[in-house]
Amino acid sequence: MARITAGIATSHVPAIGAAIDLGKTKDLYWAPVFQGYEFVKEWIKSNTPDVVILVYNDHASSLMLDIVPTFALGFAEEFQSADEGWGRRPVPVVKNHLDLAAHIAEQLVIDEFDITLINEMDVDHGCTVPLSLVFGQPEEWPCKVIPLAVNVTQFPTPSGERCWKLGEALRNAVKTFPEDLDVQVWGTGGMSHQLQGTRAGLINEEFDRRFIDLLAHEPEELKYITRLEYLRETGTEGIELIMWLIMRASLGYGVEEKKRFYRVPASNTAVGHVVYEAKS
Amino acid sequence: MPRTRLYSLDELDDIPGTKVFRARESRLSYHLHKFCMSLMKAENREAFKADERAYLDQYKMSEEQKQAVLDRDLAKLIELGGNMYFLVKIASTDGWSAQKAVSSMSGMSADEYAQMMLAGGRSPEGLRSKKEQN
Repeated sequence: MARITAGIATSHVPAIGAAIDLGKTKDLYWAPVFQGYEFVKEWIKSNTPDVVILVYNDHASSLMLDIVPTFALGFAEEFQSADEGWGRRPVPVVKNHLDLAAHIAEQLVIDEFDITLINEMDVDHGCTVPLSLVFGQPEEWPCKVIPLAVNVTQFPTPSGERCWKLGEALRNAVKTFPEDLDVQVWGTGGMSHQLQGTRAGLINEEFDRRFIDLLAHEPEELKYITRLEYLRETGTEGIELIMWLIMRASLGYGVEEKKRFYRVPASNTAVGHVVYEAKS
Repeated sequence: MPRTRLYSLDELDDIPGTKVFRARESRLSYHLHKFCMSLMKAENREAFKADERAYLDQYKMSEEQKQAVLDRDLAKLIELGGNMYFLVKIASTDGWSAQKAVSSMSGMSADEYAQMMLAGGRSPEGLRSKKEQN
C-alpha cells in the first residue's frame, strides 16, 4: 500500500529560484537563507520518496485568468517550467505519477472535494523553487511530482479548516492506493508577506514563529485562523500559509519534527521551512 | 429563514493600505491581465517593448488601465482591479526585481524599502484595521 511518510513546508519566493539559477547562493544576502536548507538537502538523500504531492499556488502563470479553480490537480504526464516574464527557469521537467494522480482525483471527489483536473499546464516558481531548495540542481528530479494548486489569489480563498480537511482526504486517498509507494506531501508558500499597496513589505515575525511552534504538535487551533486574520496579520500574500495546513493534516496525528527554520527577509518575504516525519 | 452562514467580505476593506482582489476585480481586470499574461512569451515582450501603445491597443483594456501600464503605475493598476501576480509580469519584462516592483507601491524609495526589509520588514502594528486603529 502507498503511505505518506513525511512532509516538508517551505516558502517559494521567486528570487530564491533566481539566486540558485544565477549561482548567488553564497552571496552575503543569500547565504543565511540557503543555510537553512542544508539539513533537508542531506535528509532527502536517504528519504527520497517515490512521489511528492506538491501543494502550491499558481501565480497567474497557467491558471487564474480564464479559469479560477479553488483546488486543481495537475493531470498532465509532465509539466514544463513556466516563463514568468524573464524566461523559463533552467530546471528539469516535472513528471507526474498518473496512476496515483488518477486515484487521488477519484477519491477526492468521492470524499466531497470537487477537484478540478488540469490536463495541460506549466508550473511556476511556486512548484519549482521548493524542488530546487530540496533537491538542488540535478539533471532530472529524483521522484515523480503531483502538483496540487490552491487558489490563494482571488478572495475568498478556501478556509484553513477546508484546507485541513483536504489534507485528511489526501491521506485517505493515498492510503487506499494499492501500489507500494513512499509519498511525501509538501506545503509551500508563506510566511508573512504583502506584495501590494502602501502596506507592502509587511512581516509579522511573532505570528510566523507561533505558527511554526504550533504546527507540529498543536495544529488544532491553526485550523481556525480566519482568512481575515491571515490578511490582517500576515499580509495579502501571507495567506499562502493555508497550504502548510494541507501538508500537516495529511501526516496524521503524530509527527517528529526534524527541522525548523525561519529567516527575514528573502526579497519581500519571511522565509519559513519545516521537515516532519510521520509517526503513523 | 435567512441564511446566516454567509461570510461577510466587507471587512476586507478595513485593512489599511490594502486592496483585496475579489471576483468583481478579477472581471474588471480580465483584459489587463490577459495583456500581462501575454508577456510570458519572449516574442510578445519584444513586440510590447518595440511599441507599447500599439501593443496595448490590441487588448480591450480601459484607457485608464493602458495609461497606468505606460506610466508603470502599479499602485494605480491595483486600484483599477489588478492583482500583483499578473502585474509583476510587466515589471519582469522591464527587468525589475519583484522587490523593486513591490517597493514602487509602498511610498518609499527602492533603497529605503530594501533597508526596511533587511531590518525585519514592516511591522503590522497600527496597520491591522482602519476601524480599530491597531
